[in-house]
Amino acid sequence: MTELKIDIKQEQARALEDIKKQGFRILVCAGTGCVANGSLQIIDKFRELGADVAVMSDYDKLTVVPTGCHGFCEQGVLVVIPDMDVTYVKVRLDDVEEIYEGIKNNQIVERLLYTDPHSNQKIHKSEEINFYAKQTRTALANCGHINAESIDAAISVHGYEALAKVLEQNNPDAVIDEIEKSGLRGRGGGGFPTGKKWRFTAANKGGKSYVVCNGDEGDPGAFMDRSVMEGDPHKLLEGIAIAAFAIGADEAYIYVRAEYPLAIKRLRKAISDAVERNFLGQNIMGSGFNLDIHIKEGAGAFVCGEETALIASIEGERGMPRPKPPFPANKGLFGRPTLINNVETLANVPLIILKGADWFSSMGTETSKGTKTFALTGEVNNTGLIEVPMGTTLRQIVFDIGGGIRKGKKFKAVQIGGPSGGCLTEEHLDIPMDYDNLIKAGAMVGSGGLVVMAEDTCIVEVARFFMNFTQNESCGKCVPCREGTKNMLKILEKIVAGKAEMKDLDTLEELAKTIKDGSLCGLGKTAPNPVLSTLKYFKDEYIAHIKDKKCPAGVCTAMKKIVIMEDLCKGCTKCARNCPVDAISGSVKQPHKIDQSKCIKCEACLKNCPFKAIVLE
Amino acid sequence: MYRLGILTQQYEGNIMTDKKTLIIEGKEVEFSNEANLLEVIRKAGFNVPTFCYRPDLTSFGACRMCVVEVEYPNGRTIINSSCTMPPEAGIKVKINTERVRKIRKTVLELLLANHDRNCLTCERSGNCELQKYSQEYNVKEIRFSEKDIKDYLPVDESSPSLVRDPNKCILCGACVRACSEFQGHAVLGFANRGSKTLVQPLNGRPLGQVDCVNCGQCAAVCPTGALHIKNETDFVWDEINNPDKTVIVHMAPSVRVALGEMFGLEPGVNTIKLINAALKKLGFNYVFDTNFAADLTIVEEATEFLERLKSGQNLPLFTSCCPAWVKYLEDQHPDMLNHLSSCKSPMSMMSPVLVDLVPKYFNVERDKLTVVAIMPCTAKKYECKRPEFYRDGKPDTDYVLTTQELGAMIKVAGIDFNKLEPEENDSPFGEYTGAGTIFGASGGVAEAAVRTAYEYATGEVLNDVDIKQIRGTSNRSKTVELDIKGTKVVVRVVSTLREAEKAIQEIKNGTANFQLLEVMACPGGCINGGGQPRSCDDSSIKGERAQGLYKEDAELPIRKSHMNPSIQKLYQEYLEHPGSHKSHEILHTHYVNRFKGSYKDI
Repeated sequence: MTELKIDIKQEQARALEDIKKQGFRILVCAGTGCVANGSLQIIDKFRELGADVAVMSDYDKLTVVPTGCHGFCEQGVLVVIPDMDVTYVKVRLDDVEEIYEGIKNNQIVERLLYTDPHSNQKIHKSEEINFYAKQTRTALANCGHINAESIDAAISVHGYEALAKVLEQNNPDAVIDEIEKSGLRGRGGGGFPTGKKWRFTAANKGGKSYVVCNGDEGDPGAFMDRSVMEGDPHKLLEGIAIAAFAIGADEAYIYVRAEYPLAIKRLRKAISDAVERNFLGQNIMGSGFNLDIHIKEGAGAFVCGEETALIASIEGERGMPRPKPPFPANKGLFGRPTLINNVETLANVPLIILKGADWFSSMGTETSKGTKTFALTGEVNNTGLIEVPMGTTLRQIVFDIGGGIRKGKKFKAVQIGGPSGGCLTEEHLDIPMDYDNLIKAGAMVGSGGLVVMAEDTCIVEVARFFMNFTQNESCGKCVPCREGTKNMLKILEKIVAGKAEMKDLDTLEELAKTIKDGSLCGLGKTAPNPVLSTLKYFKDEYIAHIKDKKCPAGVCTAMKKIVIMEDLCKGCTKCARNCPVDAISGSVKQPHKIDQSKCIKCEACLKNCPFKAIVLE
Repeated sequence: MYRLGILTQQYEGNIMTDKKTLIIEGKEVEFSNEANLLEVIRKAGFNVPTFCYRPDLTSFGACRMCVVEVEYPNGRTIINSSCTMPPEAGIKVKINTERVRKIRKTVLELLLANHDRNCLTCERSGNCELQKYSQEYNVKEIRFSEKDIKDYLPVDESSPSLVRDPNKCILCGACVRACSEFQGHAVLGFANRGSKTLVQPLNGRPLGQVDCVNCGQCAAVCPTGALHIKNETDFVWDEINNPDKTVIVHMAPSVRVALGEMFGLEPGVNTIKLINAALKKLGFNYVFDTNFAADLTIVEEATEFLERLKSGQNLPLFTSCCPAWVKYLEDQHPDMLNHLSSCKSPMSMMSPVLVDLVPKYFNVERDKLTVVAIMPCTAKKYECKRPEFYRDGKPDTDYVLTTQELGAMIKVAGIDFNKLEPEENDSPFGEYTGAGTIFGASGGVAEAAVRTAYEYATGEVLNDVDIKQIRGTSNRSKTVELDIKGTKVVVRVVSTLREAEKAIQEIKNGTANFQLLEVMACPGGCINGGGQPRSCDDSSIKGERAQGLYKEDAELPIRKSHMNPSIQKLYQEYLEHPGSHKSHEILHTHYVNRFKGSYKDI
């Protein structure tokens, strides 16, 4: 046991007092999405109005708190007023005065409440919104509820309590034991047991070691790590500090994409605040443990999320992956033993230390413990950032939390795990989603991107989209990934253009398998996954594109044919006048015709026909 | 009897030799300190193909040709590149399964789909690894669409030494690694991402407009024709075919111990007399030897060194034989040019001597004389074009051909090299000593200089001339402390500019303890020059070539440059004495500050 110079419980009590002193609180989301929707101006406006506090009899002060992301970004700007038990959605600057009047008169602005898409009911409290009600927020627990830029706010919700605990107990091996016992696995994609990774790295203790936090979240549409860094940066710093203590490191890097300026800004502030309070830096809390945390901004290469490329990038080299072995645990940053964990993984660490491995492992499935965040997007009613226990079914996510498919369309599939993942279909709706079940289904948890597709999504086009992404983001080092993905993309482009033959499909499949087998790093090894899994479940759709030259979802422009139904056409000439390429001919009051060789399939005629005589074939 | 007292020598660490075994294709194989599995595979008598693995460079793992299937004792099987895998005891390695063959063949197909496939007109046809493996793996059909016409890039011929054809590049990165790991230089680097990735000089500029030192190591490690030597054989054929011209030729020491490799001989076999015969057959009128000028260089440089030792000025003295090193210093450290010996390189001493004296000795008109030098070096093509080596508007050396180009000319001429009758070269200007011939190996210039400097300084005869501590091609930086009758002289011998830079930094921060710095830009010296027959697959070849030179040195009757009777005669008849006004006029040069516009300047 080490006696610490800082009593964290005392600090906590003081921080809670401070929050009480804030009086009447208005929590305005200041995550990236809401900032884009004008939340900073809304905050200013509230502050301007709130200067006149005399209007409220019960409070002597009004405080506007900028928070991190709530996850329900499509409903932003979100404004939460705890003392009125109300959450407003889609708030704009013009609404602020009305909300403020409501506060004065203790009246709720009904029109700014969330409306349930099924029952059409107005919902007051966020906890009652299905999107939130069905989630289990642990890693994201504080996001949206605390002032993301205040260390006191973090301390008030047990911030740095776990760090104090491990420093006091002064037993690094016990920390690793606890993490191992919790069953936590890497949240960045691979799902490698975190405790095991720590143990491997700790085995090389002695000289200089590093902890690297991978915040290079690059999957299209994914923003779980950003939310943690923006909304609860101290939790991440605490997780890093605990990891560094456990493996014997005194220096850590957080690798953040430069496209996350807000996360970088808040992390920088959080680090300097924490150093000032002696929660980081030299002789932390008087324990003798030192830790310097640096921020390294990534220049936006997707491949830098791959751990060896990330290391190369921190070292100032071109972000190209290096072959493994040697693994970073043995030879990582600057040739030293290095522990690399993803943001979400590290954000779980303080909770495990504080609440115990048993608490953590009580959530989830046999092999995958705890909760997982997902970025839910696509054709669902509620899109946003969610956190659910491992083992939650796809049905619960899509239909309960996501509120079902938009416009009553039919569910087709989800793409999970971003460009490295695969697709899941109706048959997987009731499978408990965890690392191993998803691998069995030919997909992966990945970093947690979840794109929901409806019946009118073309699966081949989706595969092409992801292949285009990986091709552009390949580092260009190994041949299978650089040249292979280019040729897979070329074949997919041929298919969606209606120019492919059946033998192209064989080539596509064979090439996909070779790339998986032969590539150097994880990016290349997983790049063919979207194609392989869609081929597995939707081969018919590929064949329809190739043999019948038809896109069953009606998406692929090259396969569309716009025709005028002669019996319905009244010869009003409106279509011919609207056609930008003069592809339509015909005399007045006579049925018109489309010259298919000229038609660019813009659908201008179709949209303008007053008699619905023009259809898509 | 006096001998050189060797006081200290750089410590070389012991190598671990504890034996472990693994299984390759069912055969139990011992391994100890091999850097990777590929080396173990090769030592065991097997082979896997590779484009990007070069034993003298760090493993890169990019081409995926050397992939093998590895089964661990716990039954787990993986596919991995053998060039990057550390060998592990107990693993079972399969190098020829259907899965790995499929990967290799697909890699070849993918590379060919992105290649211009102009093999027949390619400089490297017949000496191209892509061509070789495509044939071995029976790639007959390429399932993927051809490279788009708009993706073709212009061929870069701006360099005096090298040609860069990006359309043939397979992005194995060997050139990038050679540039940075040998020369500590980032002249070549990767640009862009995905299928738009390119290897290109700084900022996409032409190779002739960056800090390239023309060492040609990039071309030496390039598996295809993407980087190759600028071929000037046609110009030389034109000269030979011109009846009005007297074409004379001299060749550097390293050529004789490497050219034979192009005709099936072992590396290191000294073929000088066959080369003399071949050059005569090709139609060269007179055949001399650059070794003669190597002796001349030593006489001048030893004199210069002793003068500097005496005055204590401009020490340490830098050798100046290597044109890549000279350019490096001019580009990067113009403030240190005063350290460089003012002596021209042997080639650039030889040519003006020939230009001045051949007309007299052989009754030829200067205007009809063409001087060709055969060099192991691509940078010499650049050196001969330096304005300092022009007199009266004409270059002293008209053309430089590399060993590779000479080999090609011999093949074109239909000469069966191995069956030639050995011939002597022409005299004078063909005689040389053992000190001249070891110039080709790293450490040779310093050793030769010390042999002469010792006798000049002490006036006594040096009997044991070998300084074995500064020989060897594997160690790129060697320091030896010599005792010249009570005067301590520390000599540093480095090969590669990366090591040279370290020596420069020592001088700049005041920790340098040496008075003589010999620098050769190519690892191991000129025997491993960029113009030599390609040997990047085998680290031991350069050592064998060096041995060939040391063998000749040991066998020659005279082993000290200043004892060369023809050199003595040259001084008597023409140059007066070492360091004379005349010798300064034709044997010494000056250097140019090229810092402006260099990478450091930007």
